[in-house]
Amino acid sequence: MAYSEKLVDHYENPRNVGSMDKNELSVGTGLVGAPACGDVMKLQIKVTADGIIEDAKFKTFGCGSAIASSSLITEWVKGKSLDEAGMIKNSQIAEELALPPVKIHCSILAEDAIKAAISDYRTKNGKGAAEAAE
Amino acid sequence: MNELKAKPIYLDYQATTPTDPRVVDAMLPYFYEKFGNPHSRNHSYGWEAEDAVEVAREQVAKIIGASAKEVIFTSGATESNNLALKGIMKFYGKKKPHLITTVTEHKCVLDSARHLEQDGYKVTYLPVQANGLIDLEQLKAAITDETALVSVMGVHNEIGVIQPLKEIGEICRARGVFFHTDCAQAVGKIPLDVDDMKIDLMSISGHKLYGPKGIGALYVRRRPRVRLVAQITGGGQERGMRSGTLPTPLIVGLGKACDIALNEMAQENARLMELRNHVLKRFRDRLENIYLNGDEEHRVAGNLNISFAYVEGESLQMGIKNIAVSSGSACTSASLEPSYVLRALGVDEELAHTSLRIGFGRFTTREELDQAVDAISTEVERLREMSPLWEMAQEGIDIKSIEWAEH
Repeated sequence: MAYSEKLVDHYENPRNVGSMDKNELSVGTGLVGAPACGDVMKLQIKVTADGIIEDAKFKTFGCGSAIASSSLITEWVKGKSLDEAGMIKNSQIAEELALPPVKIHCSILAEDAIKAAISDYRTKNGKGAAEAAE
Repeated sequence: MNELKAKPIYLDYQATTPTDPRVVDAMLPYFYEKFGNPHSRNHSYGWEAEDAVEVAREQVAKIIGASAKEVIFTSGATESNNLALKGIMKFYGKKKPHLITTVTEHKCVLDSARHLEQDGYKVTYLPVQANGLIDLEQLKAAITDETALVSVMGVHNEIGVIQPLKEIGEICRARGVFFHTDCAQAVGKIPLDVDDMKIDLMSISGHKLYGPKGIGALYVRRRPRVRLVAQITGGGQERGMRSGTLPTPLIVGLGKACDIALNEMAQENARLMELRNHVLKRFRDRLENIYLNGDEEHRVAGNLNISFAYVEGESLQMGIKNIAVSSGSACTSASLEPSYVLRALGVDEELAHTSLRIGFGRFTTREELDQAVDAISTEVERLREMSPLWEMAQEGIDIKSIEWAEH
């Protein structure tokens, strides 16, 4: 299968590989996929007090397209607000990396991962904020 | 940049093998100078082609301990398997409509069996044990008075395991059941003797033993006589079992390939076995959490099938562009299903996704294998650093304890 240059670049030189402390309040973690299906994506975001994603990290078990999709989305979400990041669509990822049809599910997984990370952050901080107000 | 342009190291010998130059040399005269139709009875062009075909038939017969009259030429092992299964069942199936095979057979056997099921025949698919071998007691129990045929492959194309052919042959003979074996990966790799192993039908492939593609053979026992219904009809060539003009150059090539294999098998196997042990040791010394799929002892010399836990097979392949290997996972299909063979062994699905088949043979050098081990190990280490599953394993989290959202 011939992959696009952008995809191969993200696979060979993945951006933002790593982990953050998932217990930290400013960090949101999304873990999606399943080992039995051959893809697991862990995506983490670090969010500033005014709701901007200042850093993002990922680790992915999966094919080259899955690794590239997660690498790309970590680049895209940095500097965005949570709402903006939550609006990234899998089709944008698929288009940017020129994913072949059988690999579209990799971009869907990346979209799911960022949504899960945002949701995790909001759950943690929604609760935290409520407690602080009391 | 030159290194990038160099041809990748070929480690996919179970997919196909390069045609031995000695085989090519033997074939060449039969394209132009000696182009006759071996079925032409009236002139010397036909006679010399026929002579060449009969020499090749002898060579093929010899490597499996058969007589030349029992060898019929086909287009390859896929056709031979189709002919054996469908041909036998259609001939004997009225009285004995039952066929036994295994869940790990090659797709062409499984698909022939499925077609037979659609036509009303009964098929039993024997499971395999964790080492890839069948349980002989289960085979015995599966045979009934209605069983016409047992089909079990000799050497497995993915995991290289060698089934106990002699024991299977004895069980079948004792019950009056024909024994067919797909030996596409076995001929020329392990010693075979159809009489000693009580084999009634055997499929042979040219291109898996350094012969040309597009040629194969089916051994069909004459005493006691095995009959089958032809699947390709026409001029009645090959004792009526397979019509069509014989491709003389390809047949000469298959014969020569068998001749070379017979002479060099012992020496070649000793070399490959040493290389296999060397490769396995180097992998085991460098990497933890790797698993050999299929029995280590009952295994053909030129095959390793290894799961590199926590690293997905297709991404691993992408990182080793200069090595031509096959991935055990078939993640390119929309189904995302890993190898049905590894799952039949009971390999966990997540491990099945992490396997590579490393196949080597006559023209593989130690240097090539050393380079491959280094490249694969480096990439496994890189991808593990990127793998959330590896990270969890390092933290002592059992990935089975997590509730994954299967998609």
